[in-house]
Amino acid sequence: MRPAGRGPLQSLYFEYPTFDAPDVPEHSGASLNHRVAIVGAGPIGLTAALTLARHGIASVVLDAKTSFNDGSRAICIARSSMQILDRLGVAQPFLAKALGWLHGSTFYRGRVIYRLEMPHSAHDKFLPMYNLQQQYIEQYLHDAAVRDPLIEMRWASEVTDTRPDDQGVTLHVASTKGDYKLKVDYVLAADGARSGVRSQMGLRLKGENYEGRYVIADVRMQHDYPTERRALFEPKSNPGGTVLIHKQPDDIWRIDYQLRDDEDESVAVGEVEIRRRVGAIIAEIGHDKEWELEWWSIYKANTLCLDDYRHGRVIFVGDSAHIVPIFGVRGLNNGLADAYDIGWKLAYVLSGHANETLLDSYSPERRGATLDVFANATKSTRFMTPATRGLKLMRDAALSLSISHDFAKRFADPRQMTPYTYANSPLTLATSEDREFVAGPRSGAACINCNLASGGHLLDHAGIGFTALVFGEHLLTGALGDALYKLDPQITLLGIGPAGDLADTDRTIADAFDAKPGTVYLLRPDLHVAGRWRQFGIEQLITALKTCLGEPSI
Amino acid sequence: MITTSFDRLEMAYDALADAIDRVGPEQEALFFAKLALTLAHRLDNASEVIACIEIALRDLDAGGQRSDGPGAVPDPS
Repeated sequence: MRPAGRGPLQSLYFEYPTFDAPDVPEHSGASLNHRVAIVGAGPIGLTAALTLARHGIASVVLDAKTSFNDGSRAICIARSSMQILDRLGVAQPFLAKALGWLHGSTFYRGRVIYRLEMPHSAHDKFLPMYNLQQQYIEQYLHDAAVRDPLIEMRWASEVTDTRPDDQGVTLHVASTKGDYKLKVDYVLAADGARSGVRSQMGLRLKGENYEGRYVIADVRMQHDYPTERRALFEPKSNPGGTVLIHKQPDDIWRIDYQLRDDEDESVAVGEVEIRRRVGAIIAEIGHDKEWELEWWSIYKANTLCLDDYRHGRVIFVGDSAHIVPIFGVRGLNNGLADAYDIGWKLAYVLSGHANETLLDSYSPERRGATLDVFANATKSTRFMTPATRGLKLMRDAALSLSISHDFAKRFADPRQMTPYTYANSPLTLATSEDREFVAGPRSGAACINCNLASGGHLLDHAGIGFTALVFGEHLLTGALGDALYKLDPQITLLGIGPAGDLADTDRTIADAFDAKPGTVYLLRPDLHVAGRWRQFGIEQLITALKTCLGEPSI
Repeated sequence: MITTSFDRLEMAYDALADAIDRVGPEQEALFFAKLALTLAHRLDNASEVIACIEIALRDLDAGGQRSDGPGAVPDPS
């Protein structure tokens, strides 16, 4: 919502483009068969399209809207997401515009009771978190998609029906230039929390709705404060409710505040009430100069997801598959990880390098990540918006104790996004080898990065396909290497050691990975560890790679 | 499953929240007094109990607002 007199896309700082429905061959009766249709041109749909394109697979992206999202919405990009954007070659505009951060402060009745320190080391290429309005996220991804000849954008094109059959899926599309049917091999439904594809398929999200309601509002003001997360419990300006404050680019500040249980929602979202409440919070943080109201919305904490993210050739990605509470900043970030996960898998299947059974691993991996989020989010939600007298009293006790005693401070930790480890994935087989290591990322985990003495970072050297980190003498040459190339022509074999691709003379990488000559880490295209062997055997390596290519294990 | 000291504290937090909801506001104070007395009995250390009472007595009204309110810029630590 925006102040009276301004349309939904009349922002104080962002110029919304307008996209028309394109003329498409289907209008003149052509019945082309496309490989992939992506429904939804939000951050998740566009990331899926860019991931497919990176692996050489074309897609058609459809969106009912004529422009980007109307508000700033998801604003926190986690390190793991920036890594994905970097791998897709699109991180540059994000890094130029977004505000990176490492810290947070939790206040109770005006006092700092907890300093959040996000995990960060000199070996990380990116900061733990970046703030950027969702419409910029969409704009930068869209700019990249438009440049890519493998991605066809179809705005103002609404999918009104989804009909799967034995050969593929037929989408019924309504556009201002006329209705048509689109025949595709696969559909990625990235059409958000109110997914049309989901209801057309007769599917429902399951889980819990929480009572706590938050207003999320953006204001523009010249306010002097570092970029970090501020959480205010029991502030004077919102008694009985919590407040969250985040800085965004263009002097935009996000102010989230909890509504009391007895508050009428229709009054709470009225402009007069928004200005009163936001104004009180702004006064409390010591800003006595002018501010302008940009946009606001209302939000309710939910933990909802689909039982299965894949229904044959229709696959759900992002909010269409799961809705999570905002407090751990996992909505956007988990959605991006969904898109990146299904992107490489579907590309390998469509290019003939993997068996279709590879797609069966998508739901256990990414739904597993969602259930992990639910476990954490449920805890942070009951702290942010305690639903019962008992939870409220315990929360207040922990906050009161935190003023003078460290032992209670950790209750105030927001339990933010960390990458999920695919330990129980059907693709992660060699977990018994993990016992041989005392350090390094374990099987299924997101690979760690290393700052190289020669400049750059280790993961900059990973390829588009699978990557084997081979420590010591480069043993994967000749026939051994050929056997791996035959399975994945895009594989990168990276020798690490004196005679290798990366000299690692100071043993930075070897120590971080607890590697000795003969150690191999096999990384998937999404840079999760498929398996690791202290002393590799070629049979084990080939089996692991085949498993990750969807070949049923023996 | 390995539990940390914080995991155990969190389990107590959850169990207490649940107990408060079961007890209801009328019996809440009596419930807490009984709980404290039982814990003191199990702890069997009068000076520790008195130290815990001091901890619980502090910051009950949070001492109102302090100058380092949510507008004050934190130490660059």
